[in-house]
Amino acid sequence: MGEKIGVYVCHCGTNIAGTVDVEDVTRWSGNLLKHRGVVLARDYKFMCSSLGQELIEKDIQELGLTRVVVAACSPHLHEKTFRTACERAGLNPYLCELVSIREQVSWVHTDKTAATEKSKAVISGGVERVIHHEPLEPLHVPIHPATLVVGGGIAGIQAALELADAGYPVYLVEREPSIGGHMAQFDKTFPTLDCSACILTPKMVQVGNHPNIKLMTWAEVTKVDGYVGNFQVTILQKPRYVNTELCTGCGICQEKCPKKVRDEVFEVGLTNRKAIYTPFPQAVPNYPVLDKDTCTYFLKGKCKACEIFCPTGAIDFTQEDEYITVPVGNMILATGYDLFDAHRIPQYGYGRLSNVYTSLEFERLCNAAGPTNGNIVLRDGVTKPKSVAIAHCVGSRDENYNSYCSAICCMQSLKFAHLVKERTGAEVYNCYIDIRTPAKGYEEFYKRLLEEGTHFIRGKIAEITNAARTTEEEGKVIVQVEDTLIGKQRRVPVDMVILSCGLEPRNDAKEVAHLFGLSCSADGWLIEKHPKLDPLATMTEGVFIAGCAQGPKDIPASVSQGAAAAARVLGRIQQGEIALEPVRATVDETRCSGCRICNDLCPFNAIIFHEDRLVTEVNPALCQGCGTCVAACPAGAIFGTGFSNEQILSQIEGLLLLNVALEPVPA
Amino acid sequence: MSDNQAFEPVIIGFTCNWCSYRAADLAGTARMKYPPNVRLIRLMCSGRLDPTFVIKALSGGADGVMITGCHPGECHYIEQNYKALRRFLLLRRTLAQFGIEPERIKLVWASAAEGVRLTEEIKKMVEEIRHLGPLNWPKWSNGRPDHTVILQEEVKV
Repeated sequence: MGEKIGVYVCHCGTNIAGTVDVEDVTRWSGNLLKHRGVVLARDYKFMCSSLGQELIEKDIQELGLTRVVVAACSPHLHEKTFRTACERAGLNPYLCELVSIREQVSWVHTDKTAATEKSKAVISGGVERVIHHEPLEPLHVPIHPATLVVGGGIAGIQAALELADAGYPVYLVEREPSIGGHMAQFDKTFPTLDCSACILTPKMVQVGNHPNIKLMTWAEVTKVDGYVGNFQVTILQKPRYVNTELCTGCGICQEKCPKKVRDEVFEVGLTNRKAIYTPFPQAVPNYPVLDKDTCTYFLKGKCKACEIFCPTGAIDFTQEDEYITVPVGNMILATGYDLFDAHRIPQYGYGRLSNVYTSLEFERLCNAAGPTNGNIVLRDGVTKPKSVAIAHCVGSRDENYNSYCSAICCMQSLKFAHLVKERTGAEVYNCYIDIRTPAKGYEEFYKRLLEEGTHFIRGKIAEITNAARTTEEEGKVIVQVEDTLIGKQRRVPVDMVILSCGLEPRNDAKEVAHLFGLSCSADGWLIEKHPKLDPLATMTEGVFIAGCAQGPKDIPASVSQGAAAAARVLGRIQQGEIALEPVRATVDETRCSGCRICNDLCPFNAIIFHEDRLVTEVNPALCQGCGTCVAACPAGAIFGTGFSNEQILSQIEGLLLLNVALEPVPA
Repeated sequence: MSDNQAFEPVIIGFTCNWCSYRAADLAGTARMKYPPNVRLIRLMCSGRLDPTFVIKALSGGADGVMITGCHPGECHYIEQNYKALRRFLLLRRTLAQFGIEPERIKLVWASAAEGVRLTEEIKKMVEEIRHLGPLNWPKWSNGRPDHTVILQEEVKV
């Protein structure tokens, strides 16, 4: 033995001390674990404060501690803090163990005696484990300067531009034929009512022309190999059937194509496009895509009108799926959101009542480049509505659908109210649960709407119907809502209803998460490393998230996150290398029997078998440190650094209080 | 089983760094409550779980062992939780042959977002083990070599 262990117990204000008798735990550790090498045990109000850290540093230097156990919060929060403190005092940081008596004890238990006893067991586990710790050096891996950005919405665009402007190569991958994302579909943006296209398209053009950005639209990431600093990403470039070297984007093919198809993506089903199309005139890149599933040539074997009329001979029916593998150091996922499907609320009549619109449909309706040239008209295409109701919180803040707040719908609804009023003069009824306008300039916009004479009805719409009860309801869409401020049921007959649909995770968010080694929250959004202090990083080193992929947010927040994620990546690139946890498996060749049981267990192909010597070796660059091979080796020849058998078995002994002295042992 | 009402079982829980340990953190942050009978150990992956750890825990005085990991298909290391599943099934059968009730070891999938699920599973398991009563493994080693020592020796080779 001979280790000199210091035990430090944190009060965390009252977070721990409120449920755990910290003084008792400290005394106990100092007395009954003395024979295990504990030379001192201290408690302190806030161990993570600079004074708390100095306490540890001082003890290491003055008493020559060789191991440190800190009983405080989760290692995911402060392991680094205490390891760094040890390092400053000259102790190898991996000789410090942080055990959680906050998240795993004081916050989840109520009985003070039981919580105190459990804390002792947890500390004993930490002490037994730390005895078997070894001084380790972090692994340094170089960072490849290129970055992959997935998703070409505003968050992805911002991230790509920041990185590219700083002089580093970016691969921007977008699934649709053009970048722009949802923002390209919008008409005006709240609260300033800037034209969405006016502020977005210059950025899109910048992306398209940037020498450092390799833009890949109509493409998807299919495989991710490697690890931070050194990812190998395989991207599927779907065939456009257009040779982009030759295409000038003149648009003649789209004019001549005889096949009309309903545009379900960009125009959300409001109008048609051709089988060969660019989703909108300002698309970047401006090359069209030929939709194989609807193209007459692909379906019936003849037509080729596009090929006949193309002045540069750019149409190429022979293109096939192309897989491109690129090396990148970091990745930013900005995969965005899906709009809540209003069909799921049958009582709102969407899809059944023709003049019930979703928010995205309305955006297209009032967009000057949209199907009606910006005229707000009913489905018949001519009638201007005289009255419009806007339903807030459709699919959000509703236990039946999504219980979270979608964050943008209040402001979006206010914006719609303003646009309807401005362009049609119609009476507007906003049916809301609460109005939430928490960002800069938002409350002022709400006030403006109040002054404009929009009606606000506080109540969630119960039903939207065309079953008229009175003559004035004839031919109208009737909104049945309880006005909770006056305590009355109201029936509001209107010409048009706009459903302010909430935001949902992408329908393939789970697959995307799996592809990049991330996880999704219970609601399905990608999980960040820390909800407050690290909302951009993820649990997977080198993978960052930005924009709505992480949770509902508006344009300013998405832009901020895109830029911030890029800043995080730039920091990495500038450092040139990154230090990784040295949790790896190593094979003791003298004990390896060459049975090859471990060989098939590694999904990272890190285990190689040397036929000549009949032994197995683990490639430390590929090993991710899961430890599955360590557990499987029947000869015990594989050593798991940081999680060795000795460490875990000793921790079990400690947790079961097997090595505790019965009475204080004299020093 | 009225005498078991006062019995406080000790359960060792093995957690995965990427999912269930985070679920436990989340349970804490959200101040969910569960009985203090469970003591957690963090592994990098449920695939790291050497069956020896379970036997060590049971022979050392634990009345039950909870093994937790990422949901199938969500493993941080792609597929190592499937290996944990296979080992678990085999181990449970082996332990049954020693006369240990299969209920004493439990496999729970809990993602990083499932603080509630983990909390519920812990509550349920504590009650199940309370109902089963103490494991009393040490008694069985009367007159035979102590399992604990053998296991320790094996590891130290």
